[in-house]
Amino acid sequence: MIKIFWAFVKKEIYHIIRDRRTLLILFGMPVVQVLLFGYAVTNEFQDTKIDILDLSRDKVSFQLIQHIKSSGHFEINQVLRSEQQMEQGFKEGKTKLVMIIPNDFSANFYNKDATVIQLITDGSDPNNANTLVQYASSMIADFQQERFQQNTNPFQVKIETRMLYNPQLESAYNFIPGTIALILLIISAMMTSLTIAREKELGTMEILLVSPLPPLLIILGKVTPYAILSFIDAVLVIVLGVFVFNVPIVGSLFFLLAMCLLYVVTALSLGTLISTVSKTQQDAMMRSLMGLMMPSMMLSGFIFPLASMPVILQYLGKIIPTTYFIEILKGIMLRGVGLNFIIFEIAVLTGMTLFFLLMTWRNFKIRLE
Amino acid sequence: MAEHVIQVDGLTKKFGDFAAVNAISFHVERGEIFGFLGANGAGKTTAIRMLTGLSKPTAGKGTVAGFDIRKDYEKIKKRIGYMSQKFSLYNDLTVKENIRFYGGIYGLNRQQIKTKTSEILENLHLTDVANKLVDSLPLGWKQRLAFSVSMVHDPDIVFLDEPTGGVDPRVRRQFWETIYQVAEEGRTIFVTTHYMDEAEYCGRVSIMVDGEIKALDTPEKLKEHFDTESMEGVFLKLARESNHKE
Repeated sequence: MIKIFWAFVKKEIYHIIRDRRTLLILFGMPVVQVLLFGYAVTNEFQDTKIDILDLSRDKVSFQLIQHIKSSGHFEINQVLRSEQQMEQGFKEGKTKLVMIIPNDFSANFYNKDATVIQLITDGSDPNNANTLVQYASSMIADFQQERFQQNTNPFQVKIETRMLYNPQLESAYNFIPGTIALILLIISAMMTSLTIAREKELGTMEILLVSPLPPLLIILGKVTPYAILSFIDAVLVIVLGVFVFNVPIVGSLFFLLAMCLLYVVTALSLGTLISTVSKTQQDAMMRSLMGLMMPSMMLSGFIFPLASMPVILQYLGKIIPTTYFIEILKGIMLRGVGLNFIIFEIAVLTGMTLFFLLMTWRNFKIRLE
Repeated sequence: MAEHVIQVDGLTKKFGDFAAVNAISFHVERGEIFGFLGANGAGKTTAIRMLTGLSKPTAGKGTVAGFDIRKDYEKIKKRIGYMSQKFSLYNDLTVKENIRFYGGIYGLNRQQIKTKTSEILENLHLTDVANKLVDSLPLGWKQRLAFSVSMVHDPDIVFLDEPTGGVDPRVRRQFWETIYQVAEEGRTIFVTTHYMDEAEYCGRVSIMVDGEIKALDTPEKLKEHFDTESMEGVFLKLARESNHKE
């Protein structure tokens, strides 16, 4: 039986190494995705071009502009002369933010009267605009603090924030777990459903079913190489995360890998389930893209936080395995928790896996009737 | 009396109320080339699925290669070969790798696979392209390779499901020569086709209409009985008869 199984796995390996597309998806995609998320899709920014309309034009306003320039986050595109010029920069896309310093700025700065600095941003890109405003505001506040060496108001409420587990708010801490979850899903679920659908399309599945091979062996023979490969990919993404983006693994590495293995099995069972209902590769592809990839990306809390979604979407998010796996990953990698803190997530994931396997088994039997 | 390698009595398969195969009975002798004809949807595929152990009969009984199709289908699978219309070879595997793979899943050992491989390569004159991908072979070669591969484990019976679909007439004739050779070696050939000229090549022919076997005999006797020149005529007359009844 082992020999037959090996013959099967060998054949599957030939398929994989002879198909450049498969290879590309297997090893190119994880790397590209991690680098993309790491360098392109990030909330941090540098050298954003801004315009300044300085109506005050004196020492204090000049110092403020210097302060903002020196941070490295902003670069002054131009100093405007009048309000009329303001929109021009936005329209041409040369500027993302205009800061207007009022003409009574210096006069009021050391006074009790409030002074108003206007920040105008390009709202067509709301996320970016929000971030820019936050950065600029905190910089202005900083500037103000610096000017007043001693606190003039002893009763001020000082707010001190600390982001636990990710003090620098590195986006890598979020996207590395998310990417592992997505990659494993793509490779385990989509690739296996595709390869099984391919055998159906080619008519070789018929031959395999007529042969004395037990159906279970056919499925196992098909999924084993992909299981191993997706596991290698998981390790690859973790290595990239740790060494390129400095994501820590606070918890146990062994525990982390064990959980990856559990999720691989979940994804594989999903993939085989999809393949039992799809007749062609295209069919399998559509089902895994629309039914798995999209919801997993959107509703797992990876890209958009679940808590801010409408209730119905939150419930949908709760039936997606990826949601739980990302929780588990973050728990182990960032918070360094042990089994007892994520036992619920693990239980849910295991339950889902068993359910998918049961469904697959049932569908497979019906096909044979 | 010749040995019956396939013996079927009242074999029936129902999907809900619809009887895809309705109480068919027939036998096939060892070394015979048995043509299994019928229009699309007549129940051919369902019948073959029951004979090859892919589907459980609703009623009736039968044996294939001496084993009960209800109980011993796992044993039947080891004694039959199967080739489908799609030839079912892996295009991204070489000729050799295909033979080795199918040998492997039928549990042949390394030595057996080696012997079988060189035997097939020699018989089909494929030695020169043994390490070429199957994808690069002409259709006719693929067809004969698929046929040989389906017999890699020396089965008693080979089921050919429309083995000549999409192949030109010259290649079809060549293929039938190969079938004859195999039958002479004592293997039983159970073949479905919708080419009526091919039906003439068969030892005996059964024609299925609406889940039932409406005719079963040698091509000559069938033509005589239906008073027509060709199997095409037999087929048409049968189809017309069943239309009248409705």
